[in-house]
Amino acid sequence: MTDAKAVELAAVTKRYDAALAVDAVSLKIRAGSYCCLLGPSGCGKTSTLRMIAGHESVTDGDVLIGGRAVTEDPPARRGTAMMFQNYALFPHLSVAENVAFSLRMKGVSRTARLTRAAELLELVSMSDYAERKPNQLSGGQQQRVALARALMTEPSVLLLDEPLSALDPFLRVRMRSELRRIQRELGITFIHVTHSQEEAMALADLVVVMNEGRIAQAGPPREVYNAPRTPFVARFIGGHNILDDGGRTITLRADALALAPADAAGEANRRATVREIEYRGPDVRVGLETDRGESLSAVLAERAFFERPLEPGAAVAVGWRPDAVHELTPDG
Amino acid sequence: MKETRPRSFYVLSCVFALFLLFLYGPMISILVLSFQGPEGGLVFPMNGVSLHWFEKLREGGGQVEIGPALRRSFRLALVVMVLTVTFSVLAGLAFRRGFRGATLLLYVAIASLIVPSIVVSLGIALEFRLIDEGIKALGAAWGIEWIQRDFVSALGPFTSGLGAHLTWTLPFGLLIMFAVFNRFDPAYEEAARDLGATPWQTFRHVTLPMIAPFLIGVAVFGFTLSWDELARSSQVMGADNTLPMQLAAKTTTVTDPEIYALGTATTGSSILLVLVTFTVATLLQRRRQRG
Repeated sequence: MTDAKAVELAAVTKRYDAALAVDAVSLKIRAGSYCCLLGPSGCGKTSTLRMIAGHESVTDGDVLIGGRAVTEDPPARRGTAMMFQNYALFPHLSVAENVAFSLRMKGVSRTARLTRAAELLELVSMSDYAERKPNQLSGGQQQRVALARALMTEPSVLLLDEPLSALDPFLRVRMRSELRRIQRELGITFIHVTHSQEEAMALADLVVVMNEGRIAQAGPPREVYNAPRTPFVARFIGGHNILDDGGRTITLRADALALAPADAAGEANRRATVREIEYRGPDVRVGLETDRGESLSAVLAERAFFERPLEPGAAVAVGWRPDAVHELTPDG
Repeated sequence: MKETRPRSFYVLSCVFALFLLFLYGPMISILVLSFQGPEGGLVFPMNGVSLHWFEKLREGGGQVEIGPALRRSFRLALVVMVLTVTFSVLAGLAFRRGFRGATLLLYVAIASLIVPSIVVSLGIALEFRLIDEGIKALGAAWGIEWIQRDFVSALGPFTSGLGAHLTWTLPFGLLIMFAVFNRFDPAYEEAARDLGATPWQTFRHVTLPMIAPFLIGVAVFGFTLSWDELARSSQVMGADNTLPMQLAAKTTTVTDPEIYALGTATTGSSILLVLVTFTVATLLQRRRQRG
């Protein structure tokens, strides 16, 4: 395998006719890191990935890979490889020939390229399926083949477009850890587009939250979760309560709220009524409506909740520690 | 429990039976009459059963002389088939990328399906008259000897005739390719490009193999449309006749069942052609799936 390379975007812009898909995005992704581009559909994350891959032209700005500007290079000369959302395995070729495709294009002899393909199929534990056709494989197996095919070009950067979205939830979690394992083993840079915050947090060294063609926040998952920059990030990442607090917009993690009986608390921050109770296994989510009309969500550990269970309609006092308050800057 | 069928079932069944009768009745009548005994005539009843008329057809020299027309029609249909497949694929690719005037060109192509065939045929013939006069005028003006001595007309099966058939088969081929490319995910081509394939390699190793099964369909379409075309052929073949023209001419003059034997023979070979292509297509498909 080749060395990992850093990826840098310098004010990259993508415009489709009148619509601005990506608005002057600048970003540095360290060599060998796992980066997730996260955001709702239409936020520009896929366009950004496709511009890095070279499948979409860059309207303005530059893409640098390993310090070299590749903005005008064709995909195959960028040292990147892309894994497509539906995998795009060639239906008329066997698994082995799919994996060997890039070597075949270079004119490598059949025996040589199939030998190399066998090695990569070994890496993704698909050796037994080399002679099958893609339509005889399950979604998870197709994904492994697509991965092996992309790795055949010995990329410095692997680009993954929603690689897990076609899989069922159970398989998704398994393939997720497998992607992380392979990334560690190869040590190359992975850039992974997803709309699932859970996926991004589980995988990424660097989470890039995008909204309306711009980066709302970029940072390690823990930083993004604990200190979301804007209300959008807090909402998208989930588990946060956004409140207006004397002219400031603040956020409180749902697990930072303490509930006490309505008459007990002297220093309650809000008084509220329980609207719904959702049992989730390890914890319980309590939906609340405060006397100021705000909706809050509190997450309590299962045991703590059942020591003093609540019913919908109960009046409670909601409190939080001053250091749990995190101030947000407005969106945009 | 016995399931009762609604009355509409029986009514619709009768309609369907009528449909089948009209679809296959004529063909079956001809098929049966072609085995008419040596003394039999053009209509029922059968006067014995024999292969007499097939033998007469094979020997030639009877009332129905179709050898040259048959060979000509076959060659023409082959050329039409090859050109239809080639142009349809290229045009399909072009329309997929989009170009200025694409919509207009599409409407023009479709319009040639709507214009009555006989009108198209007449128009092409008139056009070629003009070309003939032009060539003759040129020959006279520049003193080109062979034109002055030998040139009669540019009309012929492989000039005006070929053009007339293509006005019929190309729009069909193009429409089929539209349907094919509509469902063709560009991600396959992007994947090929990502893996270092040149545009030609992408076409050769990805696009073409993936659309190949549909091209067999376009080819069969092109061949059969040309093979049995009469109206568009009628004015444009010059001194020569295609098989359908020959048959149309013969139906008014022939007095014995040899013509039925010919009908059976040509229908039989058409069916054979279709069966062979579909068998080949199925085998290809199966080989692809087995891997």
